[in-house]
Amino acid sequence: MFIIKCPYCGERDHTEFSYGGEAHIVRPKQPTELSDDQWAEYLFMRKNIKGLQYERWNHSHGCRQWFNVARDTSNDKIHLIYKMGENPPK
Amino acid sequence: MKNKYSIFSLIKNSFTYHENWQRAWRDPEPKKNYDVIIVGGGGHGLATAYYLAKEHNLKNIAVLEKGWIGGGNTGRNTTIIRSNYLWDASAGLYDHALKLWEGLSQELNYNVMFSQRGVMNLAHNLHDVRELKRRTHANRLNGIDCDWLDTKQVKEFCPIINCSPDIRYPVMGSTLQKRAGTARHDAVAWGYARGADSFGVDIIQNCEVTGIKRKGNNIEGVETTKGFIKTTKVGIVAAGHSSVLANMAGIRLPLESKPLQALVSEPIKPIIDTVVMSNAVHAYVSQSDKGELVIGAGTDAYISYTQKGTHEVIEGTLKAILELYPIFSRLKMLRQWGGIVDICPDASPIISKTSINGLYFNCGWGTGGFKATPGSGNLFAYTIAKNEPHKLNAAFNINRFISGDLVDEHGAAAVAH
Ligand SMILES: Cc1cc2nc3c(=O)[nH]c(=O)nc-3n(C[C@H](O)[C@H](O)[C@H](O)COP(=O)(O)OP(=O)(O)OC[C@H]3O[C@@H](n4cnc5c(N)ncnc54)[C@H](O)[C@@H]3O)c2cc1C
Ligand SMILES: [Zn+2]
Repeated sequence: MFIIKCPYCGERDHTEFSYGGEAHIVRPKQPTELSDDQWAEYLFMRKNIKGLQYERWNHSHGCRQWFNVARDTSNDKIHLIYKMGENPPK
Repeated sequence: MKNKYSIFSLIKNSFTYHENWQRAWRDPEPKKNYDVIIVGGGGHGLATAYYLAKEHNLKNIAVLEKGWIGGGNTGRNTTIIRSNYLWDASAGLYDHALKLWEGLSQELNYNVMFSQRGVMNLAHNLHDVRELKRRTHANRLNGIDCDWLDTKQVKEFCPIINCSPDIRYPVMGSTLQKRAGTARHDAVAWGYARGADSFGVDIIQNCEVTGIKRKGNNIEGVETTKGFIKTTKVGIVAAGHSSVLANMAGIRLPLESKPLQALVSEPIKPIIDTVVMSNAVHAYVSQSDKGELVIGAGTDAYISYTQKGTHEVIEGTLKAILELYPIFSRLKMLRQWGGIVDICPDASPIISKTSINGLYFNCGWGTGGFKATPGSGNLFAYTIAKNEPHKLNAAFNINRFISGDLVDEHGAAAVAH
């Protein structure tokens, strides 16, 4: 159970949001050029990090906007929230 | 030599107030070098070591466990065992395991309390009915026992189910696998540990693997909290932590780790003598020998290693339980816990070699691997010993995510266990 601070609406219980998986996975620019290995990387392989993970959330029961979250998956603490299109913090 | 457990050893030990039982397994310090190292002392890891020693004649084996054996998902699951999966590959895998369960207590000389009390899978809408009937036929074609019950037969088989047509998700029928059931989770870990130990396997607890040393494409050994240990073959069976170990070896896996919860009620007199599962409303229940209702809840939607899970998930499950079994409405829940399950995109496991020589993974069992424990260990041992898959686990190789030849068991396994 944790609270997420939507960049548009403010703090809400996480049940108002939907999880959108690992962030910053870029859709291949030229899908027709991709090998099977590259498709597997894009579609299936995940970092599945124990620790700080960059991930996407959607405020699905609120403003319905997407945004990025940096959360520690070992304790569910949120360290940073940043907008779609922004780069992950260094 | 291990003393055999029997009625005579029980009587004999009662004279000394059960204070002189032989240790079930030793507690050795790690050697400098092993032929095979198994990472993860859950049921799957211990079974792997047991079959490596017993069927493949390897003697210099260690199982490294970061906590205590069976303290992971093996000791946290709701112990449902069944083999009524849809696809041929899964049917082969899970029924191989079920056949091993049927002789396991004798095989291990350890009572794993395997109870073939039957498992029902309820249908709540037309689509469920069609899917489950299809599965019944598929199972029969694969030689797996499976019956279809209509609503009246459901009520006869398990009278406490609310079969009234005016509930939110009425019961429209059910599959029944009579050979399916439950087993005692701890006993499975302890039985395999005792068996493996008797063949000379070193079971090393409180020993976390912190690094995997490679030279080029070969394995050289593992770094642990008890120092470096040399080996050329490492089999990783770390459930929710599989990706963490893959990361140490520099490879990627298609897994996501999520909390899955279960809870038990206060103990009551026998009320339900089978296992009832329902994918659609996501509630399943059985009764332990102590009398507690064992209730399985769902996974959280996001990756987490917190081993607890959120309250809403339990609330959703209990709502469904109360509608299906109004008789439970005044029961108190005693305990709740979570385990971290490693979920594959196709809800099927990986029992496979990897691109690194001597590195093997057995993972992706997600929410439903307890039932497979003996079969998984048996086939993983084969894969490690022969450096090639057995025909029963060939389809469960890691390359299926590249070839696209997935074993899509979401319908049969993703929610249920
Ligand atoms: C709540 C819940 C209910 C479930 N219900 C069912 C069910 O009804 N039926 C069913 O078939 N399945 C069920 N499952 C799934 C089942 O529990 C698992 O698939 C199965 O037990 C996995 O066994 P394992 O031996 O692979 O994993 P585990 O028992 O988790 O063993 C893995 C071990 O690896 C160790 N480890 C991890 N990292 C390291 C490291 N770096 N170094 C050393 N050791 C390490 C861990 O400490 C752990 O002991 C359920 C799971 C949960 C959580
Ligand atoms: Zn919002």
